[in-house]
Amino acid sequence: MNTGDTAWVLMSAVLVLGMTIPGLAFFYGGLVRRKNVLSILMQCFIIVCVVSLQWVLFGYSLAFGPDTGLGIIGSLKWAGLNFVGGTPNADYAATIPHQVFMIFQAMFAVITPALIIGAFAERMKFSAFLIFTVLWATFVYDPLAHWVWGTGGWLRSLGALDFAGGIVVHVSSGVSALTLAVLLGKRCGYDQQPFRPHNLPFTVLGAALLWFGWFGFNAGSALGANELAANAFITTHLAAAAAGLTWALIEWRHHGAPTVLGAATGAVAGLVAITPACGFVNPMNAIFIGILVGLFCYIAVVLIKAKLGYDDSLDAFGIHGVGGVWGTLATGLFAEKAVNAAGADGLFFGNPRQFFVQFLLVVIAPVFAAGMTWMIFKAVDALVGMRVDKTDEIVGLDLTQQSESAYTVIE
Amino acid sequence: MKYIVAIIQPHKLEEVKQALEAVEVNLMTVTNVLGQGRQKGYTEIYRGAKEVGGLLRKVRLDIAVNEDFVEPTIAAINKGARTGDGKVGDGKIFVLDLFDCVRISSGERGGIAIG
Repeated sequence: MNTGDTAWVLMSAVLVLGMTIPGLAFFYGGLVRRKNVLSILMQCFIIVCVVSLQWVLFGYSLAFGPDTGLGIIGSLKWAGLNFVGGTPNADYAATIPHQVFMIFQAMFAVITPALIIGAFAERMKFSAFLIFTVLWATFVYDPLAHWVWGTGGWLRSLGALDFAGGIVVHVSSGVSALTLAVLLGKRCGYDQQPFRPHNLPFTVLGAALLWFGWFGFNAGSALGANELAANAFITTHLAAAAAGLTWALIEWRHHGAPTVLGAATGAVAGLVAITPACGFVNPMNAIFIGILVGLFCYIAVVLIKAKLGYDDSLDAFGIHGVGGVWGTLATGLFAEKAVNAAGADGLFFGNPRQFFVQFLLVVIAPVFAAGMTWMIFKAVDALVGMRVDKTDEIVGLDLTQQSESAYTVIE
Repeated sequence: MKYIVAIIQPHKLEEVKQALEAVEVNLMTVTNVLGQGRQKGYTEIYRGAKEVGGLLRKVRLDIAVNEDFVEPTIAAINKGARTGDGKVGDGKIFVLDLFDCVRISSGERGGIAIG
């Protein structure tokens, strides 16, 4: 056991918690209209409560517990933190208490369903959201985490590389977000006028907190205070910087002005794309990955979404889905053993097989996530109804779902 | 008695207030409003979604005055709010007849309650 590693991973867990609340809560909260900001903050907040409990009760065991034989799902042997104590588990992290690894992973399980909020913002019933979230965490996140990260998981056994969750976190949530946006339909009035973000300073603050917390997400995923953490830290920072700048420059050229929302959006896209790659690629290639993700996500959000006409309210798919797919493929191109001996070489370092494995990931994960999300949607819709009625939507979710107002006009 | 409503540019509020104080008009209600006139608004872009010609921020003044003060008030607002660059967008002044006025603290009515 190593006290330095333990301290770093515990601190990283706190940083990753900070990505959901307050980071994502304010990033999304600023983007919605003022009548819905509390519904976003509430959804992000309650996800921390609900998924944390789900995780220690059985989610962690399903994802990381001993494999049940086919590489599909973990057993319930570790449910309720049975056998999860202070002794390190060498399969996952040999130098930190098993409990530290568990709680670090809990924060990933928390933020992943929270990312989906961006797709159904401003129109989802709170009760439906709660049931959906628990089912999604159990039937999408836990199995996928097991496939890619769990001992005996079938994609891990194939040699899949996903350092901090490009597939498990971002592609899974992004594709599920698109599925939900299509199934739920557009918000009332979507085709008449653009919905203006009610508080862009909140959004920029949230994006900055995401960037801040992402060092825990990515560098923390080295599971030790070491050279690998340093590489992940630097590649993370550079990809975010390159993508934020790229987005602003494209926008300047395309629309005549660089917006702060664009720069913040681009930086988050950069963070998404480097997530699977950060512990396998070198810093110069991280810049390249960042520049390209700025371009790809811009095209997805600004051009393709407008053409196809689905209402992914806050672009959960355009940023996390598209950015996660590119990051996962880029890992298969730029990974090198010189950076991480436990990883693999990518296509550009003489190993085309790795690219095919990564390509398989970006086919399998979306099909699985979309299919499961579709089924969960149908089940919850039949049970309680997914969408608020039209009057509630027009009045706003703060008053109709939470019985609160964010801002008073009169004392 | 007249009720004067003026829509002015927000950055001219201080000059208008000073001009009004100079003619001893000290009571007014000020509100933030949005509006559009002959000039076009600015285009706003949010992740590529364009809103063309959005409403502009303006300030609205509500002032009740006795007859003797009507012309000085209009002149003061004109003086303070005009940018003098010859462009549209400086605002408007509306003058309405006022039927009555009540000072709540004393119950006084009419012209004496205004000032």
